[in-house]
Amino acid sequence: MIELLYWEGCPSHPEAKALLEQVLAELGRDDQIVMTEVRSDEEAERLRFPGSPTIRVDGSDVDLEGANSRPALTCRIYYLPDGRVSPVPSRKQLEAALR
Amino acid sequence: MSIDLGSEVPSFALPGVDGNDHSLDEYGDAKLLVLVQSCNHCPYVQAWEGRLMAVARDYAQQGVQVVAVNSNDVSRYPEDSFDEMKARAEKRGFPFDYLFDEDQSLARALGAERTPEVFLFDEKRKLRYHGAIDDSRDEDAVTNSYLREAIEALLAGTEPPITETDAVGCTVKWK
Repeated sequence: MIELLYWEGCPSHPEAKALLEQVLAELGRDDQIVMTEVRSDEEAERLRFPGSPTIRVDGSDVDLEGANSRPALTCRIYYLPDGRVSPVPSRKQLEAALR
Repeated sequence: MSIDLGSEVPSFALPGVDGNDHSLDEYGDAKLLVLVQSCNHCPYVQAWEGRLMAVARDYAQQGVQVVAVNSNDVSRYPEDSFDEMKARAEKRGFPFDYLFDEDQSLARALGAERTPEVFLFDEKRKLRYHGAIDDSRDEDAVTNSYLREAIEALLAGTEPPITETDAVGCTVKWK
C-alpha cells in the first residue's frame, strides 16, 4: 500500500503526489495512492506524522532518516542527493522505496 | 491579508540574533528596506536562504538593507526559538539582521501569511514589491528573479516590472 499523508497548511503535497505518480508510471506500476489528511496535533501524534508530505510504502517511510522526527503539523524537510533542502522527497528516494 | 502596495512600512522594535534591539528608525539611512517573513524550520525558507543571503550581500553597498523576521509560535515550533535562531544565523553566517517578533505584531501589521515572504519598501518606506524571492524554490529552475529585478528597478528610479507575486512557503505559525 502506498500512503501519502499531508497537512493542508503546507503547499508541497500536490507536488509530492505528482512526482509519486510520475515515478509509479515510469516503473510500470498502477498502485493507488491513499491520501490521508492530518488535521490536528493529536492526529499527527497518533499517525506518527513528522511533517507534510510523508510517503509510506507498505508502512515504511521513503525517508527513514526523517521518519522519526517529532510529530507535528509542519512542512517536512528532505535532502536531495546534492545536499540541497527540498520540501518533497527526491525522485531517487521514491524510486528506491518503490523498487 | 497582506498590506497593499504603496502602504507605509509598519513601525517595529525587535530583538535581533546579534544581541541588539533593532528598530525601523535604525534603518532610516537605507535606500531600500527588504523585510522578509522567515523562520528556521521551513524547507521553503531553507531552500531560498542562500539566494536571500546573496541578495543581501550583492546590494549592501548600494544601500539595500535586508531584515529577516521570525514570528512563529515557538511553543509549537521549538525549532524557531530565539536560541535556535541565533544558532542558525551563526551557522549560516547570515549577512542580514534576523529579528524575533515574539508577539507577532510585525507579522500581523504586514499581513504576512507565508515564510519566506518578501516586503520591499522604497526610500519613502512605501511598499513597492510583495511576494516571492523568485519563481522557483529550485535554484536551477529560476526564470524570474522578482526581488532582484524590483531592487534593480527601484535603484534605477523606475517601477519594478512585477510588483506582486504569490509567496510560496510554509504558513506563519500563529499563536
